[in-house]
Amino acid sequence: MADYLDEIAGTTSASDPSVGDTEIANYTINFGPQHPAAHGVLRLVTELDGEIIERIDPHVGLLHRGTEKLIEYKTYTQALPYMDRLDYCSPLAMEHSFVLAVEKLLDLEVPIRAQYLRVFFAELTRICNHMLNLGSHVMDVGAMTPNLWMFEIREDCLNFFERMSGARMHHNYLRPGGVHQDVPLKLLADIADWLDTRLPRLFGDAISLVAENRIFKQRNVDIAIVSRDDAVKWGFSGPMIRGAGLPWDLRKSQPYDVYDRMDFEIPVGTRGDCYDRFMVRVEEVYQSARIMKQCLNEMPDGPIASLDRKVVPPKRAEMKQSMEALIHHFKLYTEGFHVPAGEVYVATESPKGEFGIYMVSDGSNKPYRCKIRPTAFSHLQAMDFMSRGHMLADITAILGAMDIVFGECDR
Amino acid sequence: MRAPAPKYAANDGVIAAARAALGDMLIEATDLVGEINLTVDRTRLPQAMIALRDGAMLQYQALMEIAGVDYPARAERFDVCYMLLSYTRNHRIRVRVTTDEVKPVPSVTSIWPVAGWLEREVYDMYGVLFEGNSDLRRILTDYGFRGHPQRKDFPLSGFVELRYSEEAKRVVYEPVQLAQDFRNFDFMSPWEGAQYVLPGDEKAAPAPAAAPVPPPPAAPQAKGAPSPVTADQVVKADASTKPVKARVTKPKTSDGPAQTGAGKTSPKAGPKPADPDVVKKPRKPVTKAAKPRAKKGDEA
Repeated sequence: MADYLDEIAGTTSASDPSVGDTEIANYTINFGPQHPAAHGVLRLVTELDGEIIERIDPHVGLLHRGTEKLIEYKTYTQALPYMDRLDYCSPLAMEHSFVLAVEKLLDLEVPIRAQYLRVFFAELTRICNHMLNLGSHVMDVGAMTPNLWMFEIREDCLNFFERMSGARMHHNYLRPGGVHQDVPLKLLADIADWLDTRLPRLFGDAISLVAENRIFKQRNVDIAIVSRDDAVKWGFSGPMIRGAGLPWDLRKSQPYDVYDRMDFEIPVGTRGDCYDRFMVRVEEVYQSARIMKQCLNEMPDGPIASLDRKVVPPKRAEMKQSMEALIHHFKLYTEGFHVPAGEVYVATESPKGEFGIYMVSDGSNKPYRCKIRPTAFSHLQAMDFMSRGHMLADITAILGAMDIVFGECDR
Repeated sequence: MRAPAPKYAANDGVIAAARAALGDMLIEATDLVGEINLTVDRTRLPQAMIALRDGAMLQYQALMEIAGVDYPARAERFDVCYMLLSYTRNHRIRVRVTTDEVKPVPSVTSIWPVAGWLEREVYDMYGVLFEGNSDLRRILTDYGFRGHPQRKDFPLSGFVELRYSEEAKRVVYEPVQLAQDFRNFDFMSPWEGAQYVLPGDEKAAPAPAAAPVPPPPAAPQAKGAPSPVTADQVVKADASTKPVKARVTKPKTSDGPAQTGAGKTSPKAGPKPADPDVVKKPRKPVTKAAKPRAKKGDEA
């Protein structure tokens, strides 16, 4: 009885600090699926010892819409808008993999201006995506102001996208063979202005508030350290693998479109923690701006889509005057084009990592199989080993530094 | 290759190195559309993967993706494709095993822990079993889902739909009821490879077994046209020809009404024929903006 009274009185001894602690059992809590810090519909079944995470079992699939199945019933042109809806924070990056896969099967040449336009807007997408991720990451760990400022930048990006394609988020802009429309010169001039003035100023201000901030560092430095070996074994890509110290960037090592003409640096982390991943993304924004400026300098005039009329539909003006163009237009928007039988796996560097399309064609006008390789799948799977031994409150920092969007993860 | 797809290290010598490393575990090796496919023996998949990871000339350190494909006509209907990536050699290959609904594929989770969820997804979507995966639960579909939705014999609409029931105060599952039948149009031209008998053509005698068909042309007449030629043959045919210059150097950039003639009658058209159904009423002449509109600032 005396032991018990000591125990509830909390009597401790200096030599053994655990004396007098009350034994408590592990308990399991359910995080999500509707939680603002889960960045979507993620359910984490979390086993805790006090506030220390013992085990995490992420449940995904709550946003599964059967995109891959739907694509098998759509022509290649009709399947493209589904890509925008995967990672709705960086839609052009998703389209990019898809059109490159189709072009690889068709062996279709793409005019150089179209390739520049794709790279240019893919990088704008990267900036736009990182604004959302960095902003929500700092907000998840307690800062408010940088998020609002970065949303200003994101708003600018979305306005540019609206002027590019007519849509703020679901652009459907890249097409097999090129891009849908040429952009007005004024838009390029405005983006150039924005890159020189507003972006560095606003973004620099926002980051200066958090990058050296003591609270922000306490929440991120040495949280969820991933070694190089682990990053390779768990199939990491994008800022996650660069944060772990591997200078691996598909834009550099496996260049597509005109990335081989671009001059840019790959930022890498040194410790592999959440802070490194954050800072890798920050630096990528500046590098993206650098690529965009090069595109603006070098972009030639010329056609913006392949002139192969069996793949790329004619412009409306041409269609009104030429019978052949009208026939092509009709055939391409009903039957679509046929892709020769074969299979390819095409992966591009999306803002979140390696986004791949494994496409199997049987020679008809619809894909036989279109497997989408989401970036989030391998990252989220590593959630368990990354957060083991950390505190419950670190979950939000770890998730924020992973940059997960469930449209893409669940497909 | 003309397409601007990602370019990585050349495929030269990879098949030979794989053949040396895998020995009789390798069933088939192809180099199609610029990508290497290795079909390996299903039962010895983990050994083959370790050989591919550790071989001096191979070094495929990372598993990026596992994809299932369903070919219902085959005896072993499922393909399970493993996309491997080498960081050091900057190269990708695809390793493939075939299986069916009951024969399990050995798991590779001991080599790459990332395979855990990827195998779970293939199991969920196709019902392929993975031997050695300790956590083979469904992953993307609903809790308590039945069937494997990516199989070709699974209907696009599925079998059940769910709604919130006000009476039961919970979500209820019901059989799918489509207000309109699901329509899947057949766009194959009857002249180009449609396999069915045309309506009204039932009595026609089956085509006589003619002389052997000449081999398919080296490349289709145009990209995107229906053709029996595979993507690989297209790539090879294109590689043998010199890249062509674009026919038009200056693009047509303006689609304005001046070029399209939108809203105007054709210059060649004569006077509009009188429509007897239209009774012409003399229209009041409209006085058009007699004075210029006052600006906002002027009013003050």
